[in-house]
Amino acid sequence: MKKTMIGNHAASWGAQLSRVQVIAAYPITPQTLIVEKLSEIVADGELDAKFIKVESEHSAMSACIGASATGARAYTATSAQGLALMHEMLHWAALARLPIVMTNVNRAMAPGWSIWADQNDSLSQRDTGMMHIFASSSQDILDSTIISYKVSEQVLLPTLISFDAFFLSHTMEVVDMPPITDVDKFLPPYNPEYKLDVNNPRSFGALTSEEHYYEFRYKMQNAMDDAVGLIKKEGREFEKLTGRYYDLVHSYKCEDADLIFVTSGTIAETTNVAVDELRKDGKKVGNLKIRVIRPYPKQDILKAVKNCSKIAVIDRNISCGYHGIFAQELKGALYNESDIPVWGYLAGIGGRDVKVDDIKEIADETFKSKKPVDMIMKGVKI
Amino acid sequence: MLIKFRTDKKGVKISGAKDMPPMPASLGLMNWNKTSSWRNLKPIIDYEKCIDCFICWKFCPEPAIKIVDERPVIDYDFCKGCMLCAEECPKDAIATEVEGK
Amino acid sequence: MIEIRMHGRGGQGAVKASFVLAEAAFQGGKYVQAFPRFGVERRGAPVEAFTRIDDKPVQIRSQIYYPDAVIVLDQTLIEVVDVTKGLKKGGCILINSDKKPKKYDLGNEYNIYTIDATKIAVENNLGSRAAPIVNTAIVGAFVKITGIVKLDDVKKGIENSIPRNKEENKKAATQAFNSI
Ligand code: SF4
Ligand code: SF4
Repeated sequence: MKKTMIGNHAASWGAQLSRVQVIAAYPITPQTLIVEKLSEIVADGELDAKFIKVESEHSAMSACIGASATGARAYTATSAQGLALMHEMLHWAALARLPIVMTNVNRAMAPGWSIWADQNDSLSQRDTGMMHIFASSSQDILDSTIISYKVSEQVLLPTLISFDAFFLSHTMEVVDMPPITDVDKFLPPYNPEYKLDVNNPRSFGALTSEEHYYEFRYKMQNAMDDAVGLIKKEGREFEKLTGRYYDLVHSYKCEDADLIFVTSGTIAETTNVAVDELRKDGKKVGNLKIRVIRPYPKQDILKAVKNCSKIAVIDRNISCGYHGIFAQELKGALYNESDIPVWGYLAGIGGRDVKVDDIKEIADETFKSKKPVDMIMKGVKI
Repeated sequence: MLIKFRTDKKGVKISGAKDMPPMPASLGLMNWNKTSSWRNLKPIIDYEKCIDCFICWKFCPEPAIKIVDERPVIDYDFCKGCMLCAEECPKDAIATEVEGK
Repeated sequence: MIEIRMHGRGGQGAVKASFVLAEAAFQGGKYVQAFPRFGVERRGAPVEAFTRIDDKPVQIRSQIYYPDAVIVLDQTLIEVVDVTKGLKKGGCILINSDKKPKKYDLGNEYNIYTIDATKIAVENNLGSRAAPIVNTAIVGAFVKITGIVKLDDVKKGIENSIPRNKEENKKAATQAFNSI
């Protein structure tokens, strides 16, 4: 059924439709509305879940870890400083192979208290071993939550779903809510082989010497590799129910493009609009939206860009001392495989608005430029 | 992508990074930030009722209530009309007036 | 696509107004997007909110810079904010005011309308004279001027998006609709 809702509530309803059993969260702007809505949903009896109020984000993830280890479906949500405080437990969840799905509202790290959109918070969790999705619409947020439980519970890795503060979290739009009976057909109850069970006691998370640790990483890496195929497979299953397909990357008019933008989050949506306008002016451009950054969809990316002659990456994040993170990752993927030059652009840092005109400017600049540049800080006031 | 930067009290224009400190620190006091334009309600102290407890002074989130000769005085350049003072006053000594009418 | 910008003060309900208008258009079968200007919202501080209405899903995710219409919830804002900024030629401005439109000197490129939404809100027990809740009344007047949404859809929108005093809000919207 189609409804209007803000992006935060799409996350709450995604958790409700997934029939999460344990929710542990601590409020933080701009995530607060996710948790408020969920507590309402639980209080109204629309979801049979245990809602645990905790004293910090570290505890929120810890509670989810405990719950998930018993075989419960666990959910949490946070943002920025909260996610950073959770960091230790994110590694924990991943190495303990617990399929927790969580939401992070992408918000700038402080100080310089900007509560607006910026990807540095979640990209700092890139190497925790979580799968990592950047949703770009409220529909994407809701659907990703459901699909992620299905994938996570098969590969036994947690998923982090991130989306832009305010541009999505506080924006109302139309969302199609699948009936829970359909979701039930898609997402069966979670019943893991290894769990905390008084009838079948075992210990978890014990001392592991160098003799075995490496092998756990090996298994984790294999799980990530499997996830690539599974995200597609479950995406197709989900499509049968709803008509909506989610892949690791989404390419828009890339086939014959001379210049391809590589984007993520809400900037990707605005870029599609810019692509249409640039095409009207006779400029052959396309847009490749990176929806999943872990596992990294290297083959999909290589396939999508193979015919173009230039790539412009737009990053709403920066690894200070080097440059935009999506640009780094993309260049890593192309090396040894292709010699398409890459221009790296920063835009929208700290929530600064990225307009269609800004993207058109990036196109012009890249078309004119002869030599690729690691990083061009668009719009920075010097 | 340009957003307007504020001017500080002395009229120094901050046009970009070169005018800013390396960390998020203000260039001095925030007393240039006059919030009177935010006001659609105006608090007015009735000194007959006021017992000089200074609860309003404590609760005012702006530097808008000053103590002058041992009495609370509202500085309307800074008062933003939040009416917290009126809410907290134990003697209901702060009346509310509608601005711009 | 129609793009609308609302000007209000923190606490006056400009954001809610943008949501009510979007919900109404959604009830009328449109795709919509509504969001606040991402500033620090403080009571009394000038705030902006936006609504986009289209026949297809709205993809653009930036703020609105060239609105087709502007709604001003508080007439005192006109001296403080440039309410016509970026407004398209021939675009309309609706001001919550007890004055006549010609009292406002905003140039002759726009169509100016006024509605005493404060009076309508107070008459319907929506807030007090000092802090009236004018969002539904102003939306009622706006849809009449622009014809983009039917009054019935506004009522449905209020039913779905306003938690309290639904009937009073519907009456306020209808009254505003009929008096402009
Ligand atoms: S209304 Fe608010 S800002 Fe003004 S004096 Fe009272 S507490 Fe201070
Ligand atoms: S709180 Fe009321 S009584 Fe106390 S100093 Fe302020 S105005 Fe006077």
